[in-house]
Amino acid sequence: MNNWKNICPLDAIPPLGARVVRNGDIDIAIFRGRDDHVFAVADRCPHKGGRLSQGIVFDNKVACPLHNWTICLDDGKAVAPDVGCTQTFNVKVEHGQVFLAAPNRSSSSNAAAEFFPPLKEAI
Amino acid sequence: MKKLKLVMVGNGMAGVRTLEELLKIAPDLYDITVFGAEPHPNYNRILLSPVLAGEQTIKDIMLNDVDWYAQNNITLHLGKEITRIDRPRRTVTTADGLQVEYDRLLLATGSTPFMLPIPGVNLAGVLTYRDIGDTHAMIEAAAKYRHAVVIGGGLLGLEAANGLMLRGMDVTVVHLMEWLMERQLDRAAAKLLQQSLEAKGLKFLLQKQTAEILGENGRVSGVRFKPAPGKEGETLPADLVVMAVGIRPNVKLAESAGLHCNRGIVVNDTMQTFDPRIYAVGECVSHRGIAYGLVAPLFEMAKVCANHLAHLGIARYAGSVTSTKLKVTGVDLFSAGDFGGGGDSEEIVMSDPVAGVYKKIVIRDNKIIGSVLYGDTVDGSWYFQLLRDAKNISEIRDHLMSGQSHLGNLGHQGQNSASGMPDEMEVCGCNGVCKGTIAKAIKEKGLFTLEDVRKHTKASSSCGSCTGLVEQILASTIGGAYAPVAAKTKTVCGCTDLTHEDVRLAIREEKLLSIPRTMEFLNWKTPNGCASCRPALNYYLLSTWPHQALDDPQSRFINERAHANIQKNGTFSVVPRMFGGTTNAAELRRIADVVDKYKIPTVKVTGGQRIDLLGVKKEDLPRVWEDLAMPSGHAYAKALRTVKTCVGSEWCRFGVQDSTQMGIDLERTFWKMYAPHKVKMAVSGCPRNCAESGIKDVGVIGVESGWEIYVAGNGGIKTEVAQFFVKVKTAEEVLEYAGAFLQLYREEARYLDRTVHYVARAGLDYVKQKVVDDASNRKALYGRLLYALSGEKDPWLERVESADKREFEMLNA
Ligand code: SRM
Ligand SMILES: Cc1cc2nc3c(=O)[nH]c(=O)nc-3n(C[C@H](O)[C@H](O)[C@H](O)COP(=O)(O)OP(=O)(O)OC[C@H]3O[C@@H](n4cnc5c(N)ncnc54)[C@H](O)[C@@H]3O)c2cc1C
Ligand code: SF4
Ligand code: FES
Repeated sequence: MNNWKNICPLDAIPPLGARVVRNGDIDIAIFRGRDDHVFAVADRCPHKGGRLSQGIVFDNKVACPLHNWTICLDDGKAVAPDVGCTQTFNVKVEHGQVFLAAPNRSSSSNAAAEFFPPLKEAI
Repeated sequence: MKKLKLVMVGNGMAGVRTLEELLKIAPDLYDITVFGAEPHPNYNRILLSPVLAGEQTIKDIMLNDVDWYAQNNITLHLGKEITRIDRPRRTVTTADGLQVEYDRLLLATGSTPFMLPIPGVNLAGVLTYRDIGDTHAMIEAAAKYRHAVVIGGGLLGLEAANGLMLRGMDVTVVHLMEWLMERQLDRAAAKLLQQSLEAKGLKFLLQKQTAEILGENGRVSGVRFKPAPGKEGETLPADLVVMAVGIRPNVKLAESAGLHCNRGIVVNDTMQTFDPRIYAVGECVSHRGIAYGLVAPLFEMAKVCANHLAHLGIARYAGSVTSTKLKVTGVDLFSAGDFGGGGDSEEIVMSDPVAGVYKKIVIRDNKIIGSVLYGDTVDGSWYFQLLRDAKNISEIRDHLMSGQSHLGNLGHQGQNSASGMPDEMEVCGCNGVCKGTIAKAIKEKGLFTLEDVRKHTKASSSCGSCTGLVEQILASTIGGAYAPVAAKTKTVCGCTDLTHEDVRLAIREEKLLSIPRTMEFLNWKTPNGCASCRPALNYYLLSTWPHQALDDPQSRFINERAHANIQKNGTFSVVPRMFGGTTNAAELRRIADVVDKYKIPTVKVTGGQRIDLLGVKKEDLPRVWEDLAMPSGHAYAKALRTVKTCVGSEWCRFGVQDSTQMGIDLERTFWKMYAPHKVKMAVSGCPRNCAESGIKDVGVIGVESGWEIYVAGNGGIKTEVAQFFVKVKTAEEVLEYAGAFLQLYREEARYLDRTVHYVARAGLDYVKQKVVDDASNRKALYGRLLYALSGEKDPWLERVESADKREFEMLNA
């Protein structure tokens, strides 16, 4: 059951860049990858919580800004030898607008609690 | 399109590595069929010795399992020997009659062990040492019999002898020559080796020629040696004889097909045989008259061969320099290049027989051409690197013997020798990787290069200070198979086969102005590079074509994009510039107000004489900058950071020059200067040097009669003392010399080289020649730097005036 929300025009995301959507307790990074593919993943590196949205994007992957783990944007998985996975969300582009299938707030905080231990430091 | 048919004969290390390289660059070009005479998929042959010694199992040394072939759609025929090549019809045929066609044929048939032509070699219990079958046979024999004789005191013979001894046999090594491993060691090192192997329990008979192998009931019972004139030949009892007297390139098949062979299958620099459809790699080939017997050259051949099989046609194999390490646990031995010396070469020798240490370095024309190390092999890979790079060592000659650690290349906790470290000791302090973890990954995953280890364990992938230790672990775990990449041929990253220098040259010569254009022109292998090459390309473009090249913010690390340092919790730090470490009441008051207004949790004085505001939210950055109304400190950038100063002659009772003003002038002239890495300077007002000018990229020290300039110091990961550069009289000269030096560094260093690394590579003499001796070149360099800096804006002010909202603001769901 997708609950599509219009987030922004595609042009609001720099090519090979990202923007962050705050959704309840969890920040979702929307990436614009190679050939204008758009991806949405939780803005939290599976390593030590680095903000993936701030990393360098290449070939539908992102290099985490803190310790350089590489995360695949389509499935959220860390590239070997690192292991870990960050949550992914459904996202699509129609008529130049980006739509996110945002989990609604209450369920998202559950999802967040499941996937990530609470952040120690406030962001 | 129908795929071409590639058939490979010989399923060993060189052949399979070629396929791996080929699949990386042209995954869909061929239908691949592989024939291997052995019943196993590809395994790490060099690790048979640890298997024989009981330190590893066959399972541990597998490199490609059967699934790997299946996943890559490779048809695999195990236990099938090719006995015939029909070149006109382009087919190969197995011993049992299976026939397959090819468009391209790859021969990788390896070597065969040489059997002495003496009576008795066909008796049961006479073995060679080459494959899993031989290893199993030795392990079985060791369980049943007592006396082993190994004929041949070379690398293979000694590893076999050691393994058999560890399995409980009484082992004698028989060697024809005067000392062991005579092709890798000189007499002195070989004597030490022999002593320590004797202490472990091996016996040696040197200068003995085996005349006959004796048998009883079809099984070996002893060996007889050639008698001295007029004497009876001695005999030695044996229930097992291992023949390890050498290998011969396996050319039987190639020869029978009429391919030109001369010791090995003759190939050219593209690994092509005399039949252009047939390529050959590995121990079976003869390249420029040399047949190699170690794996490191095979990997280089594999890369070149794959390049041509993929129709790229640009790679050339130009031969290899090899090194050897004996894989006997507890014995440390390293040998590379021409260690015999002679002629016009010189030798530096250090020998301490009591401690069991011997080192010899052979030098010709100020270059290392060979080295033998026994007992302390810590610096083996360093010497080997210097040898391969043909580096001029005149400047470091005095330190060569004391080793690289003497030059400041120490690991953490003062460790400089991996061999003495216990498995659980931490090697990589950044990523918390222990020695045991690294060794295990090397063995189990079949890693051969530093890059492999970085990728699989993360060790040495962050600050890099443990690289030397990791190289040692590699060298001792895989033996001579480890070949450090020659610095000259180090590619930018996996996205290209070009070096940093190649890329810079192309950008200059072709006037490339953007990253996509550069990648297109240089045939980048990936669609948009990676997090290593993009920042480097961006820097090379901007530094080569200032005011013209297109900056790509998405190819900069987040700190340079946000103009602040990202912190572990995703907030940022703000370090405003305080020229020469000076500030005033108004600035301090504004800082205090900003701290209150934006609830900034931490204010800290940095090690660089300025103030750091830590924990600023990204959204607040533009307003924090606006309220501070101070210029950016570039604390986040590969750029000029600080110019530290001391109080100097204005106040200090010892000061002889106005160091504070000199520092302010330097910082005002060069701030906003981007560089291959960060740049730090300092100015002290007298030789007491309170600003620590001796460990800066450019350090200036005031003396009565002017200023001394020091360059290429570094206070970071490895502390390096700056080297004296020049002495000048005036402040204008300080600016000009410092600026010209920095511009040379900006134009020639590789991205992420600090000045110390650049000067180490280019040589201080060269740098002095360009900057100190050649006045017109100095002025030209300085002019180019000033031109690059002209019109460069303060990045904070620029964003305060018109911030691109996308950079700092969140979106709402
Ligand atoms: C803030 C500061 C520590 C402090 O609280 O005093 C600091 C903080 C960091 N240093 Fe440093 N270094 C600081 C002075 C130094 C000094 C001392 C100095 O400059 O006199 C050194 C040794 C001198 C030198 O560089 O030669 C130093 C050697 C390093 C190194 C090792 C560099 C090297 O080539 O060996 C790194 C790692 C790197 O750059 O790759 C590093 C990296 C870092 C980073 C950028 C780590 C990172 O990537 O996030 C830290 C950023 C923290 C932040 O967000 O502000 N920091 N760092 C100092 C800022 C000085 C300033 O005003 O700009
Ligand atoms: C015990 C031991 C220790 C070693 N230690 C080291 C070391 O420390 N460092 C180092 O650098 N090197 C070492 N080596 C050498 C290294 O293993 C070789 O250089 C390397 O394996 C050669 O690779 P290759 O592919 O050319 O040959 P191989 O790995 O021998 O592969 C050739 C394969 O082709 C098969 N074959 C041959 N003819 C045919 C045919 N007609 N049809 C089908 N299949 C055929 C063979 O059965 C074999 O499997 C060691 C070797 C041994 C045996
Ligand atoms: S400030 Fe420098 S020394 Fe301190 S933790 Fe960070 S990088 Fe390490
Ligand atoms: S937090 Fe992402 S790599 Fe460490």
